[in-house]
Amino acid sequence: MLKLGFLIIVRDLRLSMRHGSSTTMVVSFFIIVVTMFPFAVGPEQEILRKISLGVIWVAALLSSMLSLDSMFQSDYEDGSLDQFVLSPAPLELVVLAKFIAHWLSSSLPLILVAPLLGILMNLPERGYVPLIVTMVLGTPALSFIGGIGASLTVTLRRGGVLLSLLILPLYIPVLIFAVLAANAVIDGDPVMDHVLLLSGFTLFSAAIAPWAAAAAIRAGLE
Amino acid sequence: MHKFANPARFMRLSNILLPWTTGLTIVLFGFGLYYSLILAPQDYQMGNTYRIMFIHVPASYMALFGYGVIAVASAVGFIWNHPLANQAARATAPLGATFTALALITGSLWGKPMWGTYWIWDARLTSMLILFFIYLGYIAVWQTIEDQAKAAKIAAIVAMIGIINVVIIKFSVDWWNTLHQPATLIRAGGPTIHGDMLAALLLMIAAFNMFFVTLLMWRIQSLILKRRIRTLRLQLGGGRG
Repeated sequence: MLKLGFLIIVRDLRLSMRHGSSTTMVVSFFIIVVTMFPFAVGPEQEILRKISLGVIWVAALLSSMLSLDSMFQSDYEDGSLDQFVLSPAPLELVVLAKFIAHWLSSSLPLILVAPLLGILMNLPERGYVPLIVTMVLGTPALSFIGGIGASLTVTLRRGGVLLSLLILPLYIPVLIFAVLAANAVIDGDPVMDHVLLLSGFTLFSAAIAPWAAAAAIRAGLE
Repeated sequence: MHKFANPARFMRLSNILLPWTTGLTIVLFGFGLYYSLILAPQDYQMGNTYRIMFIHVPASYMALFGYGVIAVASAVGFIWNHPLANQAARATAPLGATFTALALITGSLWGKPMWGTYWIWDARLTSMLILFFIYLGYIAVWQTIEDQAKAAKIAAIVAMIGIINVVIIKFSVDWWNTLHQPATLIRAGGPTIHGDMLAALLLMIAAFNMFFVTLLMWRIQSLILKRRIRTLRLQLGGGRG
């Protein structure tokens, strides 16, 4: 059973590599969105330092959302999704594997690029490790919650806008706890509460997302 | 449970109940407004501005209550495939969204004299705003999906996931300790507000509740009728074709 999940992850990663552009586009979008902010708020180092964490996090959130649309799209179009539903393997496992593949192909690259954006946004030196750690802890929740949204809207014609309207409010806790935690480290405040809440939220979303998404796909394909 | 699944039975029952709930709403609003605008004394700190509370508090309460109704109705509809529950959830959404907007507007009008600004990123205001967005998303689901049975299922999943956020709202007061007043109505040492004020507030909450029930029955009726019209149209079209 686990082997099946692993195979689906490998398959999805291979597909996203062969389609090529998707990961590169997400990373480019991430960099460009962050680059917009100095133009908007002015190049003063002090202001940039203050907003750096928040800006990078919001950009990461939007970038990871960019690729959600395609999470189930091609499977739906070529009929693989119907096969997944019909196959004896639990659909919950299949969608979980797809969430993990989404995280590997669209969030992990963001984490690798994030320090570079930290330099652009004048992030204080003590901020780099917390930025990476909170992203590692928080971005899986983006894939899980976003995956629920993707599964809800995959069979709809105008799903894209609805998808962002549905899931952005649910992303807010991740944003709050991640930025609170990273800023607490920079300011030397106690940090454990925020980190635990962030991890808790990620684990919780991991626990409910496969069931919600599988139910949504079954309802959508009926 | 399934006794009430029949739309025809609901129509009959609600037609009997509607005049009563409408009358009760008017009476409760009459008493509530009299108590809250005339009988309740001025607040020694806030003067007359505190009277916004008599709209603001019931509206916020109905905003949360509405989402609770959606979540419960969605769960019932999803589990037992109960058509009336699905319609009830759908009918509640615009009501809840309107009460949320009302709570936000009255809150910010109250904030101007109290805090000197219309908007503060305070815990409860912020979570109310998020609740409003969640309502909008839920309504958008119904509008986007044409197939009603499918829309009901997907909307139910959205509602059940969204209820988590309503729970976050409930505890947000403790999470971020900010400018907003801590809850005065329900607390360990009993209510701390004046007797007449409390009576006014409770009357207004009851009035809002009755108003909500009345509108909800009305909306469910209109949704059922809309469906009937659609079916009849389809039959007519089929007959001709």
